Amino acid sequence: MKTVGLKIFRTATIAAGALATGIAFSNGASVTTVRAADEPRVIEIKAKKYEFAPAEITLKKGEPVVLRLTSTDRVHGFMSKPLKIDTDIPNDTTRDVAITPDTAGDFTVICDHYCGLGHGGMKMKVTVVE
Amino acid sequence: MKNNFDRRSFLRVAGTSLGIGALYSVFPALTRAHGADAVTRTLAQLNGEAPAPFSFVQLSDTHVGFNGPPDPLGTKAFESAVATINGLKNRPELVIVTGDLTHDADSSDEHAKRFKLFKEIAGRIGGAQTKVVPGENDAALDGGDMFREHMGPTHYSFDHRGVHFIALDNVSRGRPEVGVEQLEWMKSDLARFPKSAPIVVFTHRPLFDLKPEWEWFTSDGDDVMNALAPYENVTVLYGHIHRENIHQSGNAKMYAARSLIFAFPDPATTPVKKPMPFDKDAPFKDLGLRRINGGAGGTDLQIEEVELATAEFSGTVGMDQMLKHGSGDAKDE
Repeated sequence: MKTVGLKIFRTATIAAGALATGIAFSNGASVTTVRAADEPRVIEIKAKKYEFAPAEITLKKGEPVVLRLTSTDRVHGFMSKPLKIDTDIPNDTTRDVAITPDTAGDFTVICDHYCGLGHGGMKMKVTVVE
Repeated sequence: MKNNFDRRSFLRVAGTSLGIGALYSVFPALTRAHGADAVTRTLAQLNGEAPAPFSFVQLSDTHVGFNGPPDPLGTKAFESAVATINGLKNRPELVIVTGDLTHDADSSDEHAKRFKLFKEIAGRIGGAQTKVVPGENDAALDGGDMFREHMGPTHYSFDHRGVHFIALDNVSRGRPEVGVEQLEWMKSDLARFPKSAPIVVFTHRPLFDLKPEWEWFTSDGDDVMNALAPYENVTVLYGHIHRENIHQSGNAKMYAARSLIFAFPDPATTPVKKPMPFDKDAPFKDLGLRRINGGAGGTDLQIEEVELATAEFSGTVGMDQMLKHGSGDAKDE
C-alpha cells in the first residue's frame, strides 16, 4: 500500500507579500496559488454538490503544500486514507490541510460526508510526481 | 467459566435456493457441544430465554424508489424476496434488513412515501419480525429523523432465543462512523454478557477497510471491533457494497449481503465504482443469494453463490413476464 507522510492542521497563515501564480491542471482547470518565499504553495479547492474543483491536482513528492478547502453549498467530506487526509469542509469556514507527500503515485480523495443523491461520485484525483 | 465448544459452531448458516437473501440457521451445534450447558444456563438467566435453534434471513439495500438506470426493476426484486420468504418451508423468525431501505429523494414528501412503501412491502412478510438499520440513503441527510419517524430507533439491541442482536447505526452522523456515544452504549449493552455469548451485530457499512476510496469502510470500525474482540461468538452482518463478501476479524466473521436493486463490481478487479450494467437477458444477474451449507457440527462452511434467476424469470421472456405480471410466483426451490 502506498503511504505518504503528512502533517495536517486546520489553519495556516499566509505571510504578507505573498506571490500569486497561476497553475494549470491536466483537465483544463486552473487555480490560483498564493505563495511566499518561505511558505508552502497553497492550492485552493472548492467543494459543491457533487464535485471538487479542480477535479485533479498534481503535487511534487517532498514539496510541502497547503490545500485550502472551501464549500459553496453545504458540509462535505475530504478523505483519503493513503494520503492520511480526513476532514470535513464546512460551508462557512475555510479549512487548510498541510501535506508533504513522500510517495509518488495516483490517489483518490472522496467526499465522505453524505451530501445527496450524487454523493457517491464526488471525488478528485491527486497525482504525486517525483 | 470455560467453554470448549468450537466458536465457529455458533452460527451455522444454512441456505436454500430461495430467490434472494441469505438464510441463517442458528447454532444447533452449540447445544450439543461440551461446555454448552453452562452457556445455555447463563444466557437463559440473562435473557430469560435459553439458546435454541432458529433461522433468520438477511436482506439488504432494497432502495425503494430507485428506478434506474441501470436497473429498471424498481421493487420487483424486493417483492420477489418477500414472496420467497413467505414460501419457505423452514420459515425464518426474523428478517434483518441491513440498510438503504429507501433510495434518497430530493423532497422529504417523496422520501416519506418511499418509507411507507418499504413498510407496506415488508409488512407482507408473514410470521417473522422485521428488524432494520438505516443506510446513508435513509438517514444521512437529516440525522435519522425521518427513519426514526417511520421505522424506529437507528440503534438498539434485543435478544432472540438466547442470541443477542445489536443494531448499529454508522450512517446518521453524515460520515461513515458510529461515534463515541453509540460506541459507549454498545460497550455498556455488552457488559452483562459472558464472553461466550452468541452475538449478532447488524449494520450498514462494513466495519473494516474494505475499499475506503469507494467509501466502503467505517472510520471508527476498529473501535467497534476492539470492543467486540473479547467475545468469542460474534457475527457481523452488513450491506452497502451490493455484493457478497466474507471477512474474518479476530473471532468475528463478517458477511455482506447482495443488494435487491443492482450490483457493484469487484473492487479488486475494477478501478471505477459504478453499478454493473443491466442485462435484459439476465435481469437478476448478480442479484442473488448466498447459499451456505454447514458441515458436520456446523463447521467448515461450504459456500455456494446462487444467482437469482428462476425458470420463470430467466431470459428476455422472463423479464417481460415479470414486468407485466409481477413476481408473486417465485418459488422455494
